Amino acid sequence: MSTTVEHATTGHDSHDEHAGHGNSHYYLVALALAILTGLEVLLSYVDIGKAFLPLLMILMMIKFVMVVLEFMHLRKDAKLFHYLFWSGFLLAIAVYIGFLATFKFFLQP
Amino acid sequence: MSTAAVAEHGTSHDDHGHGGHGHTSTGLSNNKLAMWLFLGSECLLFGGLISTYMLYRGRHVKGPGPDQVFSIPYTSVSSFVLLMSSLTMVLAVAEAQKKNIDKAKLWMTVTAVLGATFVGGQIFEFTEFYRKGLGYTTSLFGSSFYTLTGFHGVHVTVGIIMLMAVVGMLRVDKVPGDKAEVIELVGLYWHFVDVVWILIFTLVYLIPA
Repeated sequence: MSTTVEHATTGHDSHDEHAGHGNSHYYLVALALAILTGLEVLLSYVDIGKAFLPLLMILMMIKFVMVVLEFMHLRKDAKLFHYLFWSGFLLAIAVYIGFLATFKFFLQP
Repeated sequence: MSTAAVAEHGTSHDDHGHGGHGHTSTGLSNNKLAMWLFLGSECLLFGGLISTYMLYRGRHVKGPGPDQVFSIPYTSVSSFVLLMSSLTMVLAVAEAQKKNIDKAKLWMTVTAVLGATFVGGQIFEFTEFYRKGLGYTTSLFGSSFYTLTGFHGVHVTVGIIMLMAVVGMLRVDKVPGDKAEVIELVGLYWHFVDVVWILIFTLVYLIPA
């Protein structure tokens, strides 16, 4: 009996929680994504010097994380899914930083 | 909790999408687990393609470079279309979880149309680049650019096929197991394709060579 109750509690991975979101939440996220994209495009037209690249990277990562956490529901989903996705993502970054470093990419004028 | 309560809760639990996978060792859907594992591995594929592009884009000795072919306003509109397709996809998933399958089908169809618009725009863009002298074998920049964005375009096309296949199967009620979970799995793939474009749009188009 206790096993049944436990499963009923822990096994609820996501659907109930997702259904709890109103659709307005998704519209707000989409609006934020559109505004951030507009900001990115605007940045590419104005000269802000050395701040350009870091700012663009930050905006890109905010958009990336927003889609993954809110639209893919990873924020409220099981931890295991977090590990699977982010380990792939971080491994990709680590491997390719090494790859580009090997080719002295970061030393290019 | 009485037996009746447990039975009732069990039914409601299944209704929310856990009937399809039953009891698994993780307590999670194996289908969803496989999809997240697949997406994790896809990060490596696109990481490799993006890195190759970054490495080669400034090393072309002949043919036009990024500054001569890219049209930022045009690609911005394409990016906006793909971002909005993520919104329509998440709305489809939300409706499916509320058991509004008809609305879910509608939102999935809209998502497929937006995806097709994006792919159509990409084909037009490729045609324009080719006219400007950038072929697949023109330069390292051309090869790495077409390979990266082409792979992404193929992923979007596969997503459109998946969406339309699910819509078709829902119409004839041939979706096995939990419908909401099937739609959610297609949604996960679609959103992944969108997040990859978020990276490509910034790293490839917005950062000058």
